[in-house]
Amino acid sequence: MTPVVPTDKQIVIRIRGLYKSFGSQEVLRDINLDLSSDENLVILGRSGTGKSVLIKCIVGLEEFVDGYINVMGNDISQLDEFELNVIRKDIGFLFQGGALYDSMSVEENILFPLDRIARELSRAEKNDLVDEVLESVGLLDAKYKMPVELSGGMRKRAGLARTLVLKPRILLYDEPTTGLDPFTSEGISELIVSIKEKYKTAGIVVTHDMKSARITADRMIIMDQGQIIARGSYDDLKVIDHPIIKGFFN
Amino acid sequence: MATKKLSNFFIQLANIFAFTVLTVKYMFRRPFEHNEFVRQLFLVGYKSFGLISITAFIMGLVLTIQTRPVMEEFGAESWVPTMIFISIVIEIGPVITALLFAGRVGSRIGAELSSMRITEQIDAMEVSGVYPMKYLVTTRVLATTIMLPALVLYADFLALIGSYIGYAMHNTIGIVLFIREAFDELAFSDLIPATIKTFFFGFFIGILSCFTGYNTNRGAEGVGIATNSAVILSSLSIFIIDLIAVQITEILIQ
Repeated sequence: MTPVVPTDKQIVIRIRGLYKSFGSQEVLRDINLDLSSDENLVILGRSGTGKSVLIKCIVGLEEFVDGYINVMGNDISQLDEFELNVIRKDIGFLFQGGALYDSMSVEENILFPLDRIARELSRAEKNDLVDEVLESVGLLDAKYKMPVELSGGMRKRAGLARTLVLKPRILLYDEPTTGLDPFTSEGISELIVSIKEKYKTAGIVVTHDMKSARITADRMIIMDQGQIIARGSYDDLKVIDHPIIKGFFN
Repeated sequence: MATKKLSNFFIQLANIFAFTVLTVKYMFRRPFEHNEFVRQLFLVGYKSFGLISITAFIMGLVLTIQTRPVMEEFGAESWVPTMIFISIVIEIGPVITALLFAGRVGSRIGAELSSMRITEQIDAMEVSGVYPMKYLVTTRVLATTIMLPALVLYADFLALIGSYIGYAMHNTIGIVLFIREAFDELAFSDLIPATIKTFFFGFFIGILSCFTGYNTNRGAEGVGIATNSAVILSSLSIFIIDLIAVQITEILIQ
């Protein structure tokens, strides 16, 4: 399959011929994709098709067997731990459950990476940044709450705030609407779009929620059994006569 | 089947070794996580005081109550303070305290890190450019290494008090004389190997508990397995280190 390459934009992620397996089970097969600096790419697929594994490979949480991942000009497989951590500061990752540190309040969660990465900032500047990102995700009132006191949607918003505070250039969203009611889910999807506009980030949204995909996507990829089976805009994919693709639209 | 088990055992052993090397490497990487280290000292040390206090006191008391009649039969009742204290300082104090510590602290670390792993909190640290080994593992390992010897010395002291009370139930003796008799045959050189080995106990309780928790990968079931393994491996390591320490001390004395 020929990769769709947005030619007139800066490519921030380029993946070619990516293979990944767990033991004898192949979970990613010949993945090719590009992400430009001003788009949200949605990867749609059923559970267990390797979507989450793919974005974990991008950020170096999973190793891959074969292929090439280039993030902002850096070949991920060639980086040592220190170099990888430098790149990671430019990539935000929103985990499925928010992955908040449960022994810390929302404010402490957001300050945690800031205290370690942005040491040059004063305490006042850090506090201002915390307030700014919490306001962006609509969670300023929950600043001093502990993760156990938050709902599923609030946890994801707090997780997103923690990611945004480092001002990443790329955001990776792992099933951002899973486990949420339709209203909260729509709110999160709209937040993803507004974050892209406000912070000028590129994003990959992994989901199986077509409603969320429609709101967040500039471009979509559909995966099945570790492979990309289709790509294009929502309208392009809607007319494809394929049982799995049709299944999403129905 | 047996070959596979043996091979898994050696793979696991190699993984523990690699994990230990990495932990030590991160101990020297600046900046040091002071706040987390102090928090761990509090959780690991201060929070163990209650359990250690009660157990050590009862240990000294019971040991004395049970030993005294036998010693009396042999006409060696006056040797009770010395004998009890030597056994507590050299062997029973460090080992029992370390076992309690492994149960209390090892299980807490194993459960905490494994639940952080399955809820992707460790991954979240990693992707934000923070070193989770430095923040989570080195602070806990250093805290266990430092706090266990301190707790052992404290437990020895309380066991001595318990022992005095047990002895004073049947004999009229002042506490000063009891302590003097207890220390009579104890050389300073006896204390050194007994104290050194507690640092190793603490280090390996920290390492093994962190290792099992940090490397969990089987969901909620994994938390249970990690907690269980943390206690079992830590307890086992205490006896192995103790055995090695005894052999080394023997060689050095000869």
